[in-house]
Amino acid sequence: MSETMLLIPGRSNKQGTSLNKGKLKEEYLEVTSTVEMNEDDMQRLQLEDGDRVRLSNSIGEFTASCKKKKSKDLPEGMIFIAYGPSSSRLMESDTGGSGMPISKNIEVEVEKVAA
Amino acid sequence: MSDNIKTVKNATCTFCGCVCDDMELTVDLDAKRITKAKNACVLGRAWFAEHTIQDGPAAMIDGKEVTLEEAIEEAAQVLTSAKFPITYGLSDTTCEAQRQAVAITDFIRGSIDTTTSVCHGPSGLAFQGVGESTMTLGEVKNRADFIMYWGGNPAESHPRHFTRYTVTPKGMFTPNGKKDRTVVLVDVRKTPSTPVADIFLQVKPGKDFELAWAMRALVKGHKVDSSIENETGVSLEVLEDLVQRMKNCNYGVLFMGMGLTMTRGRHFNSGAIMALAADLNEFTHFVAKPVRGHGNVTGADNVVSWQTGYPFGVNFSKGYPRFNPGEFTTVDTLSRCDADAALIIASDPAANFPQAAINHLGSIPVVSFDTKETATSKLAHVAFRTSTYGINTGGTVYRMDDVPITLRPAFESPFPSDEDILTPLRKRVQEIVIGKSKAKGAGAGVTRAASPVK
Repeated sequence: MSETMLLIPGRSNKQGTSLNKGKLKEEYLEVTSTVEMNEDDMQRLQLEDGDRVRLSNSIGEFTASCKKKKSKDLPEGMIFIAYGPSSSRLMESDTGGSGMPISKNIEVEVEKVAA
Repeated sequence: MSDNIKTVKNATCTFCGCVCDDMELTVDLDAKRITKAKNACVLGRAWFAEHTIQDGPAAMIDGKEVTLEEAIEEAAQVLTSAKFPITYGLSDTTCEAQRQAVAITDFIRGSIDTTTSVCHGPSGLAFQGVGESTMTLGEVKNRADFIMYWGGNPAESHPRHFTRYTVTPKGMFTPNGKKDRTVVLVDVRKTPSTPVADIFLQVKPGKDFELAWAMRALVKGHKVDSSIENETGVSLEVLEDLVQRMKNCNYGVLFMGMGLTMTRGRHFNSGAIMALAADLNEFTHFVAKPVRGHGNVTGADNVVSWQTGYPFGVNFSKGYPRFNPGEFTTVDTLSRCDADAALIIASDPAANFPQAAINHLGSIPVVSFDTKETATSKLAHVAFRTSTYGINTGGTVYRMDDVPITLRPAFESPFPSDEDILTPLRKRVQEIVIGKSKAKGAGAGVTRAASPVK
């Protein structure tokens, strides 16, 4: 079972502090491959905190562990991830003549990865 | 901790675009590390604590240690042999180093672009189209009584923005701090910044332009249909109240985050915000400013503008600077496989760019400069390990409001600064280019740096 959702990559404190330790270090890689999801979305997709999900679009895909957020904090159908190598895999290279690839509000297919 | 301790007052944190210059650093000179960073935020503390001296070669070619001279020679040969070399990054180094990079790119007739193109580049485009009503953050602290953040989360990206300039500080005309200000946040989701706001507008994703345009209409006294709520997620009633507050404030500020530039609409979104600020000047004083990310990304804009006339996405292939985002910006030159060599300074496109661009970067000779090992330095043909600006290296950086700040380094590094390498690299590139030109005959293909360099 998969669903279409919107991926919002952004900054986070943990991303910023782990960045300083090194972008190839485990902590940074873990922070940038964890997604925050709406609690109702997670329930519908039969996901628990720490479960693995696959996010994909026509550009690429990555797997990440998921973390529950309350509906009042993260709207249904929206996924947050700290910027990093994972989110970049879903970015289109066409910049529409601007130099800037669309890096937020990326439509993705989300599905649970079997344990 | 050793007994060999020194204190550096008024040091500058170069992690984010706030470049806070009120750090008090305690430095263990024997251990070569900063043990305490008074006044730093959570990001600044990590910045100072984690930039220690790590073992490793200062220069490598294809992963093997070489002397700096050998690496500089190889880098010069790579860059001068290329037909479409590109220079990219520059937001985490000093203005002095940035200046050398512009000169190198000019000599090799390449493209120079900074991380601005994937940050607030769209705001830079909007600025050229709409104009900018601007200010310094000191003005904001002392005068602003209406603060609006749109598409940003400063609590996590710029933690001291609230406390130094916009929300809690007591200013000349805001003596009661937060009580004298109205703080508004516009975002698609609640973030750690939301509790700071008096008013939170949760806009639908990708509807920033529509929301800003409706606000412009209300400012100008036009009727807006109540269907705006379905379109943007914000009710007409809330918008009308907000616009009245904006028109009635004494000094209003619109801070633009990357939620505007990285999403559908890009420069149209930033342009709408700048136009809204301009419209509001019919009624009161209003300004708009992007909240810039990397420590000296604003310096990169300033240096590249000062030397070429344009802020980013500049190409020298005709012997004079041309500006064309979408053509000369780095995601484009890499994704289209235009570039055949890359000089990457203080950035990590191999981790943060779209896959097509990363794939091409991995297929061409790359010269990289970084303080730590990154995905980019790992794929580089020539990799320089450099010292950290603001911690080991002095120089100049620009705060996000275009105010230049002089750095006060804390301790010496065994690694050279970016400028220490870029300067001899520029000289060697110059020698090769002039030598080739003379070999072809007088006047053929001679290029000249856009401004004299030392």
